[in-house]
Amino acid sequence: MWMRDPTAETTAVKRPRVKPPASLEGLTIGLFDIGKTRSDEFLNQVEKRFAERGLKVKRFGKPTNSKVATPEIVRKVVDEADAVLIALSD
Amino acid sequence: MAERLEAKHRGGTLASRKIEYREEDDPVEVCYERGWTDGLPVTPPTDARVLRMLAGTKRRPDELVGRIPPYLGPCTVEKVAVNAVMAGCKPEYMPVLLAALEATLEPVFTLHGVLATTYFSSPVIIVNGPVAKAIGMNCGINALGQGNRANATIGRALNLIVQNVGGGRPGEADRATLGAPSKFTLCFAEDESDPEWEPLSVARGFPRGASTVTLFQGHGVEAFVDQKSRTAEGLARSMAMSLVKIGHPRLTQSARAVLVLSPEHYAIFREAGWDRRRIERALYEATIRPGKEILAGLDGVGEGVPASRAEEQVPKFHEDGLMVVRAGGRAGLFSAILPGWLAGRNRLELQPVTKEVRVS
Repeated sequence: MWMRDPTAETTAVKRPRVKPPASLEGLTIGLFDIGKTRSDEFLNQVEKRFAERGLKVKRFGKPTNSKVATPEIVRKVVDEADAVLIALSD
Repeated sequence: MAERLEAKHRGGTLASRKIEYREEDDPVEVCYERGWTDGLPVTPPTDARVLRMLAGTKRRPDELVGRIPPYLGPCTVEKVAVNAVMAGCKPEYMPVLLAALEATLEPVFTLHGVLATTYFSSPVIIVNGPVAKAIGMNCGINALGQGNRANATIGRALNLIVQNVGGGRPGEADRATLGAPSKFTLCFAEDESDPEWEPLSVARGFPRGASTVTLFQGHGVEAFVDQKSRTAEGLARSMAMSLVKIGHPRLTQSARAVLVLSPEHYAIFREAGWDRRRIERALYEATIRPGKEILAGLDGVGEGVPASRAEEQVPKFHEDGLMVVRAGGRAGLFSAILPGWLAGRNRLELQPVTKEVRVS
């Protein structure tokens, strides 16, 4: 007795998460704006706070929250930041 | 018996993995245990049923229709058929289902976002043209409700494909705060019985007589009631009063909506000689409001437009944001509003999509 599988029959690959850095000192912190309304306001505040602590910040983003980040954008974040904070805001 | 023999003979042509179960197991329960359902029972996709479903299209079972968000699972015509079986479709629905799926895969439909959003939205399917009648769809009494197999199962199959092939499960990638019953299915046909009415498909650039599906990112149903207006102008202004309430009266983010116009409300517009364009334009204009009346913070209510827009005339919708569709039973001065997704504010990046239904 059998039936047919309705799924894509793909298997998820489990990868260990990168450990959060012990300290943010000396790292480039990416601030990623997902394109949602007022995400920029939120990140402006975060950037200000990080700057006050003397931390190095770099801004990234995508134009709209309705679409996923392209592989190119993700690659850029990986290449240019050591840690990333993603903003979700309304 | 003939089908069982055929399944035995041709079942080997199916590529989808066999999921074996014991004779004493209930296959409907096996589907539940594997997380393949939307909460309602599904029809187990046996070889005979899948082969029968595939007979509803001339497209090859191994043809890749596309990659389904959120996890971009590859979806062949055969996988569409497997999920169509589970949803309860008949083989003759396959061309409509395939067209609907292809419409959602157009980048401008942003299916990933529609699935992943915290909002209420899911794909809404509106069918036009001869195919609707050919497969027995309902555009009349209770068109948005239960009871019609094609309406119920085509929409359901599309959502099952997103869940099973795309991996878009509620509470996982599907982040809907509350969801909506329309996430099971919301699929109906337009009433094209009045030759003077321009069907939605024609308004969206297809010739009369073409069969199409129009996919909209929305939910429903919100009631509109006006049993007293008797002029087209009054009725349009009345409808606008309900349309501006979508989401929140001061919110201008949804920006798109479908208005399902019932026969009795349509009769008022028709009597006045109003066609689709005039109705849609009147509704657009009547939903423009002075910014100062919908400012954030007025009366202690936080929601609203920023103070910088106080002197503007603020539209609720994009100029092309309202789609009027005719449907419904003959009695009842009620129409229905299907609100669009909040991300509709991005006019060019998020749009409804219309596709022709290919029967071959």
